[in-house]
Amino acid sequence: MNPATLDPTLGASEVQIGITTRDLCLWYAKFQALHNINVDIKKGIITSLIGPSGCGKTTLLRCFNRVNERYGNVTTQGEIKLLGKNIYDPDVSLIELRKSVGMVFQRPNPLPLSVYENVVFGLRIHDEKGLKKSELDDAVEKALTEVGLWSDLKDRLDAKAITLQLEQQQKLCIARLLPLKPEIVLMDEPCSALDVNGTRAIEELMFKLKGRYTIVIVTHNMAQARRCSDECIFMLLGQLIEHSRTAEMFVTPKFPKTAEYIEGRYG
Amino acid sequence: MPMNAPASNPADLFTETAFTRKKRRTEMLAQGLFGTMTLAMVIPLALILGYLAYKAAPLLSWDFLTTNPTHGMRKGGIWSALLGTIYLVVLSLCISAPIGVLAAVYLNEYAKDNWFNRIVNLAVVNLAGVPSIVHALFGLGAFVLFARLDRSILAASLTLAIMTLPVIIASTKEALASVPVSFREACWNVGATRWQTIQAIVLPNSISGILTGVILQVSRTAGETAPIMFTGAVFYRNIPEGNLFAYGIKDQCMALSMHLYTVTTQVTNAPEALPYAIAVTLLGTVLLINATAIVFRVWLRTRKKW
Ligand SMILES: Nc1ncnc2c1ncn2[C@@H]1O[C@H](COP(=O)(O)OP(=O)(O)O)[C@@H](O)[C@H]1O
Ligand SMILES: [Mg+2]
Repeated sequence: MNPATLDPTLGASEVQIGITTRDLCLWYAKFQALHNINVDIKKGIITSLIGPSGCGKTTLLRCFNRVNERYGNVTTQGEIKLLGKNIYDPDVSLIELRKSVGMVFQRPNPLPLSVYENVVFGLRIHDEKGLKKSELDDAVEKALTEVGLWSDLKDRLDAKAITLQLEQQQKLCIARLLPLKPEIVLMDEPCSALDVNGTRAIEELMFKLKGRYTIVIVTHNMAQARRCSDECIFMLLGQLIEHSRTAEMFVTPKFPKTAEYIEGRYG
Repeated sequence: MPMNAPASNPADLFTETAFTRKKRRTEMLAQGLFGTMTLAMVIPLALILGYLAYKAAPLLSWDFLTTNPTHGMRKGGIWSALLGTIYLVVLSLCISAPIGVLAAVYLNEYAKDNWFNRIVNLAVVNLAGVPSIVHALFGLGAFVLFARLDRSILAASLTLAIMTLPVIIASTKEALASVPVSFREACWNVGATRWQTIQAIVLPNSISGILTGVILQVSRTAGETAPIMFTGAVFYRNIPEGNLFAYGIKDQCMALSMHLYTVTTQVTNAPEALPYAIAVTLLGTVLLINATAIVFRVWLRTRKKW
């Protein structure tokens, strides 16, 4: 069996669960990338996902909005529930699912459009009635304010998004998700292309967004996991090894493997 | 473990709204439309090929391919035209492919972005669009008359080469440009020269694209009539049957494209199947030459590791 356990002291009866998986297995063709993942990620907090390169962090993240299915020969088995709803139910619409589960990538990937159009892109493609210019303007101001770009960019909304600094681009990618009011925000090493200041800015942004969104962040940076997350999941070779409160995991890890990884004995 | 129900009813989460359903229908419509268009291309193609093969069937045989036309083209085979086409295609590609590919490598890998090279690039693009009859006249003036090659396989091949050169340059440049710059940067930063970079990384990773461009020119070369009519192709020639070296490069030759034209427009009372049989042979020849290149390309692709 999987050594994964959930700390019983977390008071699970008080909190709501954002993401649940049961016996989740995933294969790329013949290669099994995820082995029986059982996890309960709480709603409204920041959960970090750590583990050495290639252990399946990105793969697990991509399961949560079923975008893995777009990557060729992928087989998934097991159950995934988001906010209590099984996302493999036949009545689940992938459009609605992905609208509610936003993703931020390792390399900022602003669309080759203006800053303004990037922010309203999601609104436009999900827009039924024809939004008024003023509504779009409001959405842009709100989203950019939230990510802290408004004062810098309010006079340059027509600038091409790909000409921004990397840090601004990454913030913009987050801002692009916000108008859709996602339930869950998945971040795959969102800071690895950024410098110290960029990283700090994104981390501060995550704190601001915490509570309203369930955030799962993959990171290679142990210090970052420690600084930013409430809970921490450690993965190794496609298995979930340990899931506990960040403060506890970094002080009293339950498994020797976790301890060794955290101490930097391997990576 | 106990789990509280979220505030909203989870059963209704992520379900289809009326608007999502509409979007999904549009999506299906779009996919259907694109699929139909693909069929609209495939079906006529299959019909044409089937029709040709059906009409040509009575005449097609090994003898038809390996004997010369007789009785004013009404009887016999098409050997001299078949061999002529092979000579023209192979010789012209032997001239245009190396020059075109190497020139494209220069333009894409070495040339600086200055006014001169921009003009060269512009000229290449524009030359690719020149009608073949203009190339024919150029070939007549430059190769047949000025260079005194007379009307010959060599002159005709050179003309065809001039015609295909700009297209090969353009398609090769495209293929080279699709190799990520980061690959080149990686090479330069271990001290590789440009040529080493090209040799080790750029060419191996673009060769299949380059070959695709060249392959497309095989059919174009084999099908053109105008450029060879003035420069080396004749209506009729008798050559030793079954001998692959029956033509010399200073000889005039017959060609399938022109033979087809002759048979359909100049020869009365030709058997009904004859033009179809010539067309099928022309197609077959092109496919055979292409197949070699395609096999080579597939082999190269399986070696590509990214
Ligand atoms: N599209 C894919 N096809 C095949 N194998 C893949 C694919 N994506 C990832 N893998 C493999 O799955 C494993 C987990 O990859 P990944 O989830 O990207 O790891 P991480 O994000 O933790 O570095 C790796 O061994 C990787 O080689
Ligand atoms: Mg990853």
